[in-house]
Amino acid sequence: MKFKLSSGLFIFLTPVLLWLFLLIVIPQIELLLMSLRGENNLGEPIWTFANYLHFFTEEIYWYTFVRTATYAIIVTVLTFIVTFPVAFYITKVVSKRLSVFLTILLLVPFWVSELVRVYGWMILLRESGVLNHIMLSLGLIDKPVEMLYNDISMIMGLVYTSMLFMVVPLISSLEGMDDSLIEAAHDLGASKWTIFTRIVIPYAAPGITSGSIVVFMLALGNYLTPNLMGGKNSLWFTEQIYNQFIASFNWNQGAAFGFLLLLLSSLIIWVGLKMSKQQLGRVLS
Amino acid sequence: MPVVLDIVDLTKRFADFVAVDNVCFQAEEGKFFSILGPSGCGKTTLLRMIAGFLEPTSGSLQIRGKDMLGIPPNRRPVNLVFQNLALFPMMNVADNIGFGLKRQRCPKKEIASKTEAMLERVHLSGYGSKDISQLSGGQKQRVAIARALVLEPSILLLDEPLGALDLKLREQMKIELKNLQREVGTTFIYITHDQSEALVMSDTVAVMNAGRFEQIDTPRNLYSRPASSFVAGFVGETNIFAASVEDISPTLRLRAENGVLFKATAMQEMAGAKKGRLFIRPEAIILEPDSGLDNLNRFEVTVRTILFDGSNTKILAMLGDREITVALPQNQQFAHITPGETVSAGVHIDACKCYPGE
Repeated sequence: MKFKLSSGLFIFLTPVLLWLFLLIVIPQIELLLMSLRGENNLGEPIWTFANYLHFFTEEIYWYTFVRTATYAIIVTVLTFIVTFPVAFYITKVVSKRLSVFLTILLLVPFWVSELVRVYGWMILLRESGVLNHIMLSLGLIDKPVEMLYNDISMIMGLVYTSMLFMVVPLISSLEGMDDSLIEAAHDLGASKWTIFTRIVIPYAAPGITSGSIVVFMLALGNYLTPNLMGGKNSLWFTEQIYNQFIASFNWNQGAAFGFLLLLLSSLIIWVGLKMSKQQLGRVLS
Repeated sequence: MPVVLDIVDLTKRFADFVAVDNVCFQAEEGKFFSILGPSGCGKTTLLRMIAGFLEPTSGSLQIRGKDMLGIPPNRRPVNLVFQNLALFPMMNVADNIGFGLKRQRCPKKEIASKTEAMLERVHLSGYGSKDISQLSGGQKQRVAIARALVLEPSILLLDEPLGALDLKLREQMKIELKNLQREVGTTFIYITHDQSEALVMSDTVAVMNAGRFEQIDTPRNLYSRPASSFVAGFVGETNIFAASVEDISPTLRLRAENGVLFKATAMQEMAGAKKGRLFIRPEAIILEPDSGLDNLNRFEVTVRTILFDGSNTKILAMLGDREITVALPQNQQFAHITPGETVSAGVHIDACKCYPGE
């Protein structure tokens, strides 16, 4: 049902519109303008695409972005692999009451701030951490192993922080699936693997896609986890943006990077949607 | 006729509840076999055991002489049409029907030709590329049946597939289903709680109650010679009286709860029984019977309501303090009867069927 835009509705919309316009649209325009500013040889401010070209000419920026995007895709795939069995178990295997309990159990850790959770992982993994202590006292190792500040622990941390955003859409799409579809496929001669690939996955496809988009974007734009768990060498693209703004104080360059991140990640998602033959409208509804 | 399905002493127990209790039956090749029973009688459990979704606690289950116990559903020569149809929403009609053939690694060409032939058989030619959501209820029904039949199963199991349809469509599908079964010659095992579905379509009907088969017979025999009090009450419309036994020989005589004395026919051994249940079909009650007729229980009834339904018109009348249903003959002979009138009525001894029990 569509409503006509009446003056009454307008009054209710005003705070939202103001908020959107003042806090989101205006700063974005400001950043866009900033990203297009530069200096000529004489140090005079001019309009230029130099900030954007920098990204393509300086290998390190380009490399950092590709690395970030690749890892974000890996994180998305891993998150799906980890959460799908969980979602399937919660919706299709256990009883209704237990499934509510398990869903809540799954959500509880996410009521705590990401920062605290990442520090939790660091306490477990660091050289003087819990895991090293246990392995030392069991005699499995002679000296502590540094398990933090590498790509594997960073990816693990990212998967952990993204899990919730994958599992919720998966649960809601699997919940809508009638169990008799699985039985019907089984009855018509399908093996377990065929049922999974031909019935369950296609049915859950909209949930998988929307979960993947959210996880991908969150991983790509995450600053905290790569920085804390990946250490100084994590080379995450958000760190490049941070460095431009804070360390180099080159706001123009930072703004350009910000827009490039937005454009390139949108492009990746568009390609992903085309490849999986999903429509954005259907995925979001 | 060779036996397709042979079930001996099949039992299924859930914790302390017996869902299917020592059921034995055989279904013959090419027959329409129905299992009729109230909801919760265990008929779905029985069907799921035949399909392979449940393993029986004890007993044997053979299809064409091969033991089926322990064989998963995807390797049994039976297919099931689900109650809610369970069509795959992400595939079109042709892919739904071809799903099973694809699993059998049928060549693509053969899948296409078999699917097309099946669509034609269920009067859906040209619907192959439609989405499931574009079909009407009756069309979905036919796709579900086609999807199972295309695999040429030894037995097609149907789990109340007409339940979701509206009355008119259901009547139409009944006839279509019966014709389809005769054309393809596959053995159908059909479970339902709707007695009209079972009676109209089946060659043989098994009436199930509380996990047991009460009677396995032709629809006609079920109606005219019910083997038990449950069958007499469940199959067809009937007037039921609780009665006490007055006399057993030479003729069985019962005093019904409303005080009327009936001469009746014992359907089961009545010796020693103090109480009985008396069943009289509405169409067995004759209004204004000829005085020359013998072996008639005669009584007077007071008409309360006339339920006009064309050829199926009935009246509700009071016999003592009990309301009974009387079917009117189709020749409009009693069109003059109005509510409040008192009419003489009679019912033949053979039509008063009595079973021992409360």
